[in-house]
Amino acid sequence: MKSTGQSILRNGTGWLLPALIILLWEFAARTGLISPNVMAAPSAVAEAFWRLLLSGELVRNIGVSTARALSGFVIGGSIGLFFGLANGLSGLSRNLTDTTLQMVRNIPHLALIPLVILWFGIDEEAKLFLVALGVFFPIYVNTLLGIQSVDPQLVEMGRVYGMSRTTLFFRVILPGALPAIFVGLRYALGIMWLTLIVAETIAASSGLGYMAMQAREFLLIDVVVLSILIYALLGKLADSFARLLERLTLQWHPAFQTA
Amino acid sequence: MSVIALNPKPDVPVKTARETAESRALRETTPTQWFPYATPQQRERDTRENAFSFRGISRKFGDKTVLDNIDLDVPAGQFIAVIGKSGCGKSTLLRLLTGLDKPTAGTLTVNKGENDENRTRIMFQEPRLLPWAKIAKNVEVGLTGIAKGTDAREKSLAILNEVGLADRAEEWPSVLSGGQRQRVALARALVAHPYILALDEPLGALDALTRIEMQQLLERIWLQQRFTAVLVTHDVSEAVALADRVIVIDHGKIALDLDIPLERPRRHGSPELARLEGQILDTLFGEKSG
Ligand SMILES: Nc1ncnc2c1ncn2[C@@H]1O[C@H](COP(=O)(O)OP(=O)(O)OP(=O)(O)O)[C@@H](O)[C@H]1O
Ligand SMILES: [Mg+2]
Repeated sequence: MKSTGQSILRNGTGWLLPALIILLWEFAARTGLISPNVMAAPSAVAEAFWRLLLSGELVRNIGVSTARALSGFVIGGSIGLFFGLANGLSGLSRNLTDTTLQMVRNIPHLALIPLVILWFGIDEEAKLFLVALGVFFPIYVNTLLGIQSVDPQLVEMGRVYGMSRTTLFFRVILPGALPAIFVGLRYALGIMWLTLIVAETIAASSGLGYMAMQAREFLLIDVVVLSILIYALLGKLADSFARLLERLTLQWHPAFQTA
Repeated sequence: MSVIALNPKPDVPVKTARETAESRALRETTPTQWFPYATPQQRERDTRENAFSFRGISRKFGDKTVLDNIDLDVPAGQFIAVIGKSGCGKSTLLRLLTGLDKPTAGTLTVNKGENDENRTRIMFQEPRLLPWAKIAKNVEVGLTGIAKGTDAREKSLAILNEVGLADRAEEWPSVLSGGQRQRVALARALVAHPYILALDEPLGALDALTRIEMQQLLERIWLQQRFTAVLVTHDVSEAVALADRVIVIDHGKIALDLDIPLERPRRHGSPELARLEGQILDTLFGEKSG
């Protein structure tokens, strides 16, 4: 978070421990410390990766899952952003909708899975709906919070200098709310993968989660482990992307300043 | 009220306290009681136009009367300082002047200067810079609706040069010191050549040395630009060092309206200043029972 040089170094050191764990794991598998029925060795996972890559199955499933994740995210995120902005800016809108939204928020969205399956079967809509719902709340709550926590003194300053409402929004309110919106964004990305994994394991006929469930039926433990790892990687990728975006837009923030 | 507000002609020698027993009695009677005298002996009118005038301005918050029937005329180009105890309504006065708040009674006339735009600016106790805008961009906020693009850029760089921060134009506010940030805020307030500049304890948070530096900067720029300055301060010596006129607010009224007809630049700690300071402090703390 401090300087780019430092963060590269830190990211580098951050990969040391996982590498070590993988080595130990391989060693334990080879020496028979871990039975192959419990856990596949890293080399077996790599082999499964190669096999599935060649057959095209892996790429297809990753593509399907990613497309689901992103479209659900875009739908839920933009609705969340919209309501967050509207309720942050207008008391009327907040009075109208906030209580309702907070009530819905208290339902764990994964508890809706049976209902969602009844509504949509195991079609795409089911996954989109769940992901969108899961992503909606962190974005909504944090956008609202961000706007409400914009320094009122700055808003007053903008008014004294004759800023119009739109100028005030783009120059003062939105930049002020952005750090909180990013917190929501990163949190939502986590929820996005989580929801998708659960939804795909339970109700899907394609995608990574489906691939893992199929593998379980045929006791292909290497493929199961592979799916889990890919989920982890995709999650990490999404988070890194969000952080890059954050770093670019929050350059002014003391926490992101480079020298 | 009007009697204590006599303004000397420039050639009249320094006046001593104008708060006589007679004028106090007059001030403490209600307007209806004054009736025969109610057409006040006019405060000797300056030939200059008024930058703004308060006529019977009151501001209540609930039951609490913060400003009570204030009358105040400030000629264009005057440097007036407002002093009073904490919570007496100084900020409220400035908020009324800058249109951030509306009076509960009375009329407020604010002149807009030559160009018809609103050129009333306020500088707050805090710099209130946008943390997400570079210094020059922050100064350009002062030109909202007045100038854009390279024009705004040039103007903001010129005024930054004036406050001694031209080389920091491309930095984030978070890397500046408190005094520097306040100078950026001053530059932002001045960049559009305000007609009235209201300053709400802008130097309150600064250390003594930076404060004196800022006072000199403020005085220098005021002498150049000749805007009307309304400075709210807790610091009596700052008030007499900078202002042409000092008013003391107490219990919602103007308790003292004192001219400071001293040559500039004024020397801190001169006996004249000390005497005027004493007079203001007396109004604030002394002679209440008498
Ligand atoms: N929005 C408000 N609602 C209720 N009361 C208020 C409001 N604004 C100011 N007041 C009250 O008005 C009085 C004067 O406030 P003001 O901020 O003008 O004081 P001040 O003279 O600037 O004090 P200080 O020197 O401490 O800044 C205070 O008693 C304050 O509590
Ligand atoms: Mg105040």
